[in-house]
Amino acid sequence: MVSDRSTGFSLKTLLRDERFWKIAFQVIVVAIVFGLFSFLIGNLNSNLAQQGNPLGFSFLTNPAGFSIGESSIDYQPQDPYFKALMVGLVNTLVLVVAGIALATFLGTTAGIASFSHNWLVYKISRAYVGLVRNVPLLLQLFFWYFAVYGGLPRPADQIGLGRLAFFNNRGVYIFWPENTPRAWIGLGIMVAAAIAAIFVWRSRTKAMVERGDAGQNQLYIVGGIAVASLIVLIFGLGWQFPEGMEGGGVTGGLRLSREYVAALSALVFYTGAFIAEIVRAGIQSVSKGQWEAARSVGFHNGLVMRLVVFPQAMRVIIPPLNSEFMNLAKNSSLAFAIAYPEIYAVANTTYNQTGRPVEVFLVLMATYLVINLLISLGMNQLNQAVQFKER
Amino acid sequence: MTTATPNASSSLPPDIAQVGPVAWMRKNLFSDVFNGFLTVVVVAILAYAAYGLGSWAFTAAQWQVIPNNLGLFMTGLYPRDLYWRVWGLLGFICVMGGLSWGVLGRNLSTLYSRNVLIGIGVICAAIVIVPATRPSTLRLLPMVAIVAGMAWIGRFAGKKIPKLGTWLSAAWVISLIPLYPLIFNPIPFVPLVPGSILGGIGYLFFGAVEPAAPVNDWGGLVLTLLVAVAGISLCFPLGLLLALGRRSQLPAIKWLSTAYIEIVRGVPLISILFMGQVMIPLFLPDGMRPERVARAVIGLTLFSAAYLAENVRAGLQAIPRGQTEAASSLGINKPLTMVFIVLPQALKIAIPAIVGQFISLFQDTTLLSVVGLAELLGISSSILANPSYLGRYAEVYLFIGVVYWFFCYAMSLGSRKIEEKLNTTH
Repeated sequence: MVSDRSTGFSLKTLLRDERFWKIAFQVIVVAIVFGLFSFLIGNLNSNLAQQGNPLGFSFLTNPAGFSIGESSIDYQPQDPYFKALMVGLVNTLVLVVAGIALATFLGTTAGIASFSHNWLVYKISRAYVGLVRNVPLLLQLFFWYFAVYGGLPRPADQIGLGRLAFFNNRGVYIFWPENTPRAWIGLGIMVAAAIAAIFVWRSRTKAMVERGDAGQNQLYIVGGIAVASLIVLIFGLGWQFPEGMEGGGVTGGLRLSREYVAALSALVFYTGAFIAEIVRAGIQSVSKGQWEAARSVGFHNGLVMRLVVFPQAMRVIIPPLNSEFMNLAKNSSLAFAIAYPEIYAVANTTYNQTGRPVEVFLVLMATYLVINLLISLGMNQLNQAVQFKER
Repeated sequence: MTTATPNASSSLPPDIAQVGPVAWMRKNLFSDVFNGFLTVVVVAILAYAAYGLGSWAFTAAQWQVIPNNLGLFMTGLYPRDLYWRVWGLLGFICVMGGLSWGVLGRNLSTLYSRNVLIGIGVICAAIVIVPATRPSTLRLLPMVAIVAGMAWIGRFAGKKIPKLGTWLSAAWVISLIPLYPLIFNPIPFVPLVPGSILGGIGYLFFGAVEPAAPVNDWGGLVLTLLVAVAGISLCFPLGLLLALGRRSQLPAIKWLSTAYIEIVRGVPLISILFMGQVMIPLFLPDGMRPERVARAVIGLTLFSAAYLAENVRAGLQAIPRGQTEAASSLGINKPLTMVFIVLPQALKIAIPAIVGQFISLFQDTTLLSVVGLAELLGISSSILANPSYLGRYAEVYLFIGVVYWFFCYAMSLGSRKIEEKLNTTH
């Protein structure tokens, strides 16, 4: 405050000192944010006290009392709220995992198709991206739910694709393995066979590169593994085929509810268009010389894409793909609008019954945070795998 | 054979360039067996789909639901006797749009090029022919004339005063003044600019000012556009500040901004909107209950700002350090360096991403229907609930899909134009 000449300290030098302003600015901002927060939290506390609902999570163990349309885990209405939320979480995960897999497939296909030499395929890929990206997801969701799947015939006149699948306005029925120990053992055998095949293939490549072998023996082994897996796939999993009943309806197989297929279709088509653009940008980022060099050593176009260009494009593709997957996870909450009981829908019902918006919001936030962290974690692993191998 | 190749190829005559539709098809559709097969399959699927769609659109579909409810689609439950305010708004936007077009295009050799004339012709023809617009043909045609005429005036003025181009954005901001009496009943004795801002805040947050029509009656496309414009103009400055905050060297600022951005980006918009409807009143003092529209705009703004901040940050990161160092070696202080050196370049780089974010904000306004506001998608749900239009989902959703597509496509087209205009790298 008062200038002190003996130590060379004065208000004037202080005001001209950048360090002072840096600290002062931070102190002011933190004070403002802190003040704002205490004001808001104070209001919250007094408002909640007025309603007689102080903050607390003990309500999660109270019986939920509402039923949930579809659930993969056993759930009864008298189960507690947290179990209801778990059912919602499982439903969300079922949607998100299938959505990510299918959207990646569709998006990659559409992205590569935009480099096609076939004019028609190229145009279709561009039209798909331009159309789908410019129409809101919620609208597309309603369109799929009400106009497409809602427009399917009633169970009495359902459409059947042989014994493979049935379509009616209650959902889609597809063939699916039975949930028995036998099927799980078969699945385990197939995973083990796939891992073994990868190792054999690697040793074949190594032998071919280092010793100049023809690699015939390893090729036979891989072929044998493939045939064995195919036999397990066809006969070992206990496939259940849907069967149309007299007068409509379907037994057996796996029923995908109309809500689920509509949400999945909308998410896959919407996210697929964004992924197509990411893939296109990634492929474009690979320099033209790579194409030319690969062609000059005699690769045809398909091989150039598969062996030379796409692996390099992966480095550019993976980081934005990560955020696109996270967007898909967050967008899955829109399925609530067509009454698919995912985590957001369950949380909303919970809020309506308990009148605890803050707690429910915190639970939701934590859930989506964990889902997104898991996606990020997986994608970072993948990202490290495709980075440049510096030797 | 290997030795013969060079001689043989050098003595061959040059390829004869093939032209005409057959050559084009051979090159682009049937270049090899696989491509030919692909073309046949795709054409078969397309023909089947086009046949199905066409037969549905011309026989099964009942399109009357669109023209019969056009008023609802456009303005929601806005009172019919106040429609003149909405028309006034549209006319005003046409005046401003035409002027901007003229001023921006002042250096073009012809303002009304062939494509523009074709476009105007198509729009006029559509206004006259399409049954849905027929009741308003006599109001819509003058709008087109206003745009075209104003463009001519704008071009004339732009040539006289070349500086006008830089003032356009300011003109759009000031033009909010005449909007005020269109939406609210004018309150006298208050200067117009602060009056409209204060009036808006006073109405939306405290219910202090009487609007011409209650805000709950706003709906349809008008509400969609109002919310989108409000959201875009509010989230841009907030996102800019957050991006600067995240890049700041001051730890407290950096951590606060980062925490905000990451938390908001971690949750879905619908939860922010829905909980915003419930929680914003809880966080505010007693008696302060913002209108539902205002709460929705707050939620949309807070959400989009976090994404926008990341887009701006990417632009900031692309500016080389040398720019800042050069500025500080000239003695320019840090805030001025940021405003005059770094930000203009960073924003230029970030334009595609920023416009992309604006487009997704525009699309996100559909979520307002879930929290009970009757914007375009919300009003269509209530139209579909009308027993006389039961089951007309495909028609209605296709129609509003086209409307959304039109606006989003126009925005991305505009962004591409701005990009080309600002591209000074070569």
